[in-house]
Amino acid sequence: MSDTNKQMNSARREFLGKAGATAGAAAIAPGVFLTSPAVARSADKKVTGDKRWGILIDTAKCAGGCDACVSACETENGWGGADNTEKHSNAEQQAQWIRKVQLKEKATGHATTLPLMCQHCETPPCVDVCPTGASFRRADGIVLVDKHICIGCRYCMMACPYKARSFIHEDLKDQKPWAPRGKGTVESCTLCVHRVDEGGTPACVEACGAENHNAMVFGDLYNENSKISQQLEQYGGKQIRADLGLNTGVRYRGI
Amino acid sequence: MSQSFLFYRVPGVLFALLLMVPLASSADEEGHRLPFSDLVKTEPTRHFSATQECVEPEDEMKRNHMNYILHQRDKTVHDGIRTRQYSLEECINCHAIKGEDGEYIRVEDPRHFCASCHTYASVSIDCFQCHADIPVRESTLHQSQSGNVDRSVREKLASRLSGELSLQLVATEVSVNE
Repeated sequence: MSDTNKQMNSARREFLGKAGATAGAAAIAPGVFLTSPAVARSADKKVTGDKRWGILIDTAKCAGGCDACVSACETENGWGGADNTEKHSNAEQQAQWIRKVQLKEKATGHATTLPLMCQHCETPPCVDVCPTGASFRRADGIVLVDKHICIGCRYCMMACPYKARSFIHEDLKDQKPWAPRGKGTVESCTLCVHRVDEGGTPACVEACGAENHNAMVFGDLYNENSKISQQLEQYGGKQIRADLGLNTGVRYRGI
Repeated sequence: MSQSFLFYRVPGVLFALLLMVPLASSADEEGHRLPFSDLVKTEPTRHFSATQECVEPEDEMKRNHMNYILHQRDKTVHDGIRTRQYSLEECINCHAIKGEDGEYIRVEDPRHFCASCHTYASVSIDCFQCHADIPVRESTLHQSQSGNVDRSVREKLASRLSGELSLQLVATEVSVNE
């Protein structure tokens, strides 16, 4: 699946230039680096485009009936769950940052389940349509909503091919300090940006590992030594609606 | 003509003056009250030093706290800068107070640190429609002060912020103090 890797960055030339420079500066021997890639960025440093975060999901390992990733996201970011404060909204209106989707092949009856969330596109349609610039793609590829400038027009929800975004219809209470959410704004998976900034992994990936399913791998798509890049090279990873050419950061195996 | 006018008007004017007597005396009492004197005093749980109570000098924070929070907000959301110095969460962690029942006071209560001024000044802030108005997790401000954030960076930011934003008021006050 070398095709997939080629598509990881449409500005491949730029990436190769950077990679060459990094290798020249830090590599003392093939595969041995002076700097550890696991070190978290310092809290006062701006996020850069040297990394691009992504998740590779192996649908063969994703167990039907398990929704550990969904409930972990609910707990982490304070949406849904038993103490859902969206009391006046119906199930379709309530926030849904990540959902389990079941695919069934009609001919064979073979069922596959997978978690579907914001795919963190390289060219996100939600960012294209946003009239205020609230919907934006961070330098490291995480697609976010700046709720301070979101006017709640919901164009992005219309534009998203993955139905990944939700709109908050009512006053909320007791939000998490690390995941502010509020009435009149659109929200979606943040790839647990508050954890990622501290060198952590998203809550869904962690929960999947805790269930011993290990269907999700999180990492830097630009670092060829990262687990996700190595697995992508070995097994490949498909984009959902690859025909749209969005170059998603979330990839799937086995679909 | 003018005589009859006075004859009819004078008692009316006297009566009106009589009515104003109690009003005038109460206005006199009210007149001695200083602005903000009915504010509930809320004290932060932590002081940074004997001379500096908050992350910046108190006068600076009183006038420009909103600008510090605004800058920090954009840096955090767009650039992923998560220093704790001007983080709204740390404002809350430090300034939150508990009521008689031992529970933290929410922002709807005028005793809440932010509400205590904003209610009086009738300034409607919408921070807490999304953000937590009470402490949720332990403060990590001390960590960023000692480790993560270089002191020079913080000072640079502070001086830049105050350079950009301080009102002339601050400058005048400084010169008066000197």
